[in-house]
Amino acid sequence: MSILINKDTKVICQGFTGSQGTLHSEQALAYGTQLVGGVTPGKGGSTHLGLPVFDTVADAVTVTGATASVIYVPASFCKDSILEALNAGIELIVCITEGIPTLDMLAVKARLEESGARMVGPNCPGVITPGECKIGIMPGDIHLPGKVGIVSRSGTLTYEAVKQTTDRGFGQSSCIGIGGDPIPGSHFIDVLELFEQDPATEAIVMVGEIGGNAEEEAAAYIKANVTKPVVGYIAGVTAPPGKRMGHAGAIIAGGKGTADDKFAALQDAGVRTVRSLAEIGDALAEVTGWS
Amino acid sequence: MNLHEYQAKGLFANYGLPVSEGYAVDTADEAVAAAQKIGGDRWVVKVQVHAGGRGKAGGVKLADSLDDIRAFADQWIGKNLVTIQTDENGQPVSKIYVESCTDIDRELYLSAVIDRGSRRVVFMASTEGGVEIEQVAEETPEKILSAIIDPAVGAQPYQGRELAFKLGLEGQQIRQFTHLFMGLSKLFEECDCSLLEINPLVVTSDGDVHCLDAKINIDGNALYRQPAIAEMNDPSQEDEREAQAAAYSLNYVALEGNIGCMVNGAGLAMGTMDLVKLHGGNPANFLDVGGGATKEAVAEAFKIILSDSAVQAVLINIFGGIVSCATIAEGIIGAVQEVGVEVPVVVRFEGNNSALGRQTLADSGLNIIPGDSLVDAVEKAVAAAGGQA
Repeated sequence: MSILINKDTKVICQGFTGSQGTLHSEQALAYGTQLVGGVTPGKGGSTHLGLPVFDTVADAVTVTGATASVIYVPASFCKDSILEALNAGIELIVCITEGIPTLDMLAVKARLEESGARMVGPNCPGVITPGECKIGIMPGDIHLPGKVGIVSRSGTLTYEAVKQTTDRGFGQSSCIGIGGDPIPGSHFIDVLELFEQDPATEAIVMVGEIGGNAEEEAAAYIKANVTKPVVGYIAGVTAPPGKRMGHAGAIIAGGKGTADDKFAALQDAGVRTVRSLAEIGDALAEVTGWS
Repeated sequence: MNLHEYQAKGLFANYGLPVSEGYAVDTADEAVAAAQKIGGDRWVVKVQVHAGGRGKAGGVKLADSLDDIRAFADQWIGKNLVTIQTDENGQPVSKIYVESCTDIDRELYLSAVIDRGSRRVVFMASTEGGVEIEQVAEETPEKILSAIIDPAVGAQPYQGRELAFKLGLEGQQIRQFTHLFMGLSKLFEECDCSLLEINPLVVTSDGDVHCLDAKINIDGNALYRQPAIAEMNDPSQEDEREAQAAAYSLNYVALEGNIGCMVNGAGLAMGTMDLVKLHGGNPANFLDVGGGATKEAVAEAFKIILSDSAVQAVLINIFGGIVSCATIAEGIIGAVQEVGVEVPVVVRFEGNNSALGRQTLADSGLNIIPGDSLVDAVEKAVAAAGGQA
């Protein structure tokens, strides 16, 4: 079991024939992902990486039966691509691209809420169910099929958490990078709900960072709804206020969104927090009793 | 991206919103000429810097004569203004804004932001003008009024009227405020704003609603479709190293410590700084070299980190995802040779081709200290920088 994706998930790629789309589609295929085609307007009817190319997402869905789409198109085209995927009935949209204007995401988010479809990202590493399906830019080989669900706003911090759970043999059920933008398609709560319901997920690692109040909302959700052990880490204790720390959403504004506030909220919710990102694996062992 | 007040007011004027007649000038002569063009015998002169708190720092003055204006221009142009929002060096003043004087009856507050919680553009208004909104929110939250904009249909006039009545406006002011509200909403959308703030918004002694100050932040991600606004960028208002880093698509933020940090990924870069602090050191900077981390990016990152004379050691933390650590090792070697790094460099490689990367560094003959693990690398960097700072 897993969340969002598994070995049977049929995936298409928007921006398939571009350099990023090509590179990561090759890696996804090598990992065993059921990538069934791609979309590049104007190149429909051709083949790329041995797979069919379609002019529109609707064509791709009709022919392949794909339910998931990964988007690698440039930021200026993302709103259009996401809305096209939604309109074609795609159930899971994973948008890797960084730099989408925030007002574009407001419009997308409003449509997402109406449609019932899910989106992960933008500005994220993607989604992986180890050993089954990889949608995104994460390195497949650091993962191990297993029992920890990982959800994170950061790409490379996710990899650190993955490595620690792989090194200890715990493995991962699924890993979801929700991305570093201020308006993400999916929030911590959306993913926590899925992990709580997933029988294969026995413990959860949540990696947050400064900015916004998604971690505080997640803490309240965990307190009320999550029965599985949760280990939480927040990056940015040393970040100065008012400065954007790389991610568009990582900024302490008006004294709000500090790491200390988020740590406090998680602790209050019964989450085992770690101040050192190197201690995620240790903390998991402690709260689960795994060795 | 932040705009200067004069640029923000220029946009306001383009949208037909009520601002004073004013001119941004570079010299004392131009300042006097601007005042003569405006006419009258009282003016307001304001330094143009990207920082709040200008008034208390002496950067805003009511001028009763052309001599006053000349003296103000001579005092500030080419100098730095230090306010509670700047560092101890302050922000450089290259322009001042000369504006007609407004007689004030009441001071109000009006702003619009993208609210992350509700995923909507939200307007906030308050009768407490001229005060920091955070302070109002803290002390008298009931005085903050809000209007949430529905992305499907945009701002509606009734929302403006509701705010206007709650602010205690009356008569023609209701129509004036609603016009302002609708115009700001249009400006917010069309110019890709992330923040609009008018503090204070005033009712003049003639009873008219008028924008006395104007602050605009633009979404940096949207500059590609806002070429006219992108032109307004004033790099002199940014930290020199941060501006230089941005030119190479590196994310850099200067801090106070002595351990330079170079990391791939924004989250890991923050996490690495936090670890340095946790182990008794002090990070000199945040620096995300990005997922690609090419040789050129690594070389540029070194130059930026080392241009901070406080740096006594450099910690490089790379979790190779798609990018190979071996490639980055070559980038580091090239950069160390090119830039001439004289402080200890500690490198931690993990992930893609990390063993080969470590070997490449070891074979280079350069004095690069390998970190066996994340914590080991951090401890070595803290020790190399002189231990507990």
